[in-house]
Amino acid sequence: MNAKIGYLIALVLLIVAPFVIYPVFLMKVLCFALFASAFNLILGYGGLLSFGHAAFFGGASYVTGHALKVWGLPTELGILTGAAAACVLGFLVGMIAIRRQGIYFAMITLAMAQMVFFLFITAPFTGGENGLQGIPRGTALGAIDLQDNLNMYYFVLAIFVLAYFLISRTVNSPFGQVLGAIRDNENRAKSLGYDTDKYKLLAFVLSATLAGLAGATKSVVFQLASLTDAHWHMSGEVVLMTLLGGLGTIPGPAVGAGIIVTLQNYLAKGPLGGWVPVVLGLIFIVCVLAFRRGVVGEIKAMIRKSF
Amino acid sequence: MSESGNYILQTEGLTKEFKGFTAVDDVNLKVKRHDIHALIGPNGAGKTTVFNLLTKFLTPTRGKITFNGRDITSAKPAEIARMGVIRSFQISAVFPHMTARENVRVALQRKLGTSFHFWRPVSSLNRLNDRADELLHMVGLDRFTEAMVADMSYGRKRALEIATTLAMEPEMMLLDEPTQGMGREDVELVTELIRKVAAGRTILMVEHNLGVVSTLCNTITVLQRGAILTEGDYRTVSNDPRVKEAYMGKAA
Ligand SMILES: Nc1ncnc2c1ncn2[C@@H]1O[C@H](COP(=O)(O)OP(=O)(O)OP(=O)(O)O)[C@@H](O)[C@H]1O
Ligand SMILES: [Mg+2]
Repeated sequence: MNAKIGYLIALVLLIVAPFVIYPVFLMKVLCFALFASAFNLILGYGGLLSFGHAAFFGGASYVTGHALKVWGLPTELGILTGAAAACVLGFLVGMIAIRRQGIYFAMITLAMAQMVFFLFITAPFTGGENGLQGIPRGTALGAIDLQDNLNMYYFVLAIFVLAYFLISRTVNSPFGQVLGAIRDNENRAKSLGYDTDKYKLLAFVLSATLAGLAGATKSVVFQLASLTDAHWHMSGEVVLMTLLGGLGTIPGPAVGAGIIVTLQNYLAKGPLGGWVPVVLGLIFIVCVLAFRRGVVGEIKAMIRKSF
Repeated sequence: MSESGNYILQTEGLTKEFKGFTAVDDVNLKVKRHDIHALIGPNGAGKTTVFNLLTKFLTPTRGKITFNGRDITSAKPAEIARMGVIRSFQISAVFPHMTARENVRVALQRKLGTSFHFWRPVSSLNRLNDRADELLHMVGLDRFTEAMVADMSYGRKRALEIATTLAMEPEMMLLDEPTQGMGREDVELVTELIRKVAAGRTILMVEHNLGVVSTLCNTITVLQRGAILTEGDYRTVSNDPRVKEAYMGKAA
């Protein structure tokens, strides 16, 4: 019940937010919040540290950019095409990586993401170092002009809310129960008859697809798909967002993404502009040493203690 | 009855080598249907390794395993489980971040066929609650259905493990030291529980507590340095001088 009220308040705030805060900034936050929430599905709920999620995020943004700019697809379809591409890529990477555990899983996902990255550097359709520019925003439902930032914002918000609902449903589903069991004790789950690799693979593919959805949406907002989004830095950043916000809590990663994106924006403007990576690194260290549960996790623990 | 009718599980020349070290050495094990069969032996004799081979968590170096007359030597752990052979682990095998009811429900829910359904609400599993609570009642955990398993005592975790295993309606249960680390009361409780659930099933158990073995088990196989030392009922085995020696030499 409390959670429902919390979500309702958050939704109302998100609806009025663009009248107070610059909508493009808000859209950036939402895209990264979705990316981190999708990532949390495999790290927080699958217990697998993927170090290659930028491939899905960045890969989908290129595909969507291409679909909108070159093929001239409607915006919704372009975004779905990007997410579908991430889904296929997620399946391929997952097939190879999912049998590994721990650090080997992280290394294989990183290696495969690097391969994808070099593909993007050399492939003709990505525009190399310049990226894919001038992606048309188009219209929503064939009528609503997305060139208007406020319209675009509500379009992004709708995508975010739907995807967020899907993620929280996935966690609280029969599938989520099995996934939780596998994370807790994989051998026991096997001995109860579950082919655990298949469940982990599905979690990975869902996570990749939704990460792709986030990247696709971002490319429409900024009308740009660039190498930055596919770079391994991005894979690291999403780990940081998730840990900072709270691993394995549903709203945590979105909160973490909000904090990081806000920090990046303010720091970049101020005199500390060149120090952004250092500040993020420090946050990461403090996070790992002092509050492992992340912002949302710590708040939850505090509430639990005070009762 | 044919031989495979008499014996539910059989191994032929089962061998496992770890880098030149033979942990399980040419074991021919025969487990009778509806028997409670104990596998005993000093520490490091290879009992857990035999369990891991039987349930496919390890691949044998040599040898053959048949269950109900079917060759299962190259099956996978989850397949074995679906055939009706459910194991417990030496270290209690529960899902600590779930409630006791959820633990049992995880075992029950596979049969619903919705375990890949990520779009379905978890409340769709509520129809399994009655059965889950019934199983928890059976192992004396009525008051703990909603308890977080991480907070439960060791003895209760082991009881929960048995409830979860029963939820699979296994034809055969493999229990690795079900009473390890328990106080006397808990040991008696679990012994009674095993006797109760053994009805209509076959049980193969590793057990160090010879009191438990003598009250529960009809057949006892003694393992030493990976090989079968002797086999028989409790009296035969306990009077065997070689068994005494094996235990005196290692244990105490
Ligand atoms: N994965 C492995 N790699 C190498 N050696 C192993 C492995 N697993 C077990 N062993 C060795 O095989 C031998 C048998 O071990 P196992 O765990 O089967 O003994 P056990 O009879 O279950 O002992 P305990 O009563 O202590 O549980 C031991 O010497 C152990 O060190
Ligand atoms: Mg053992």
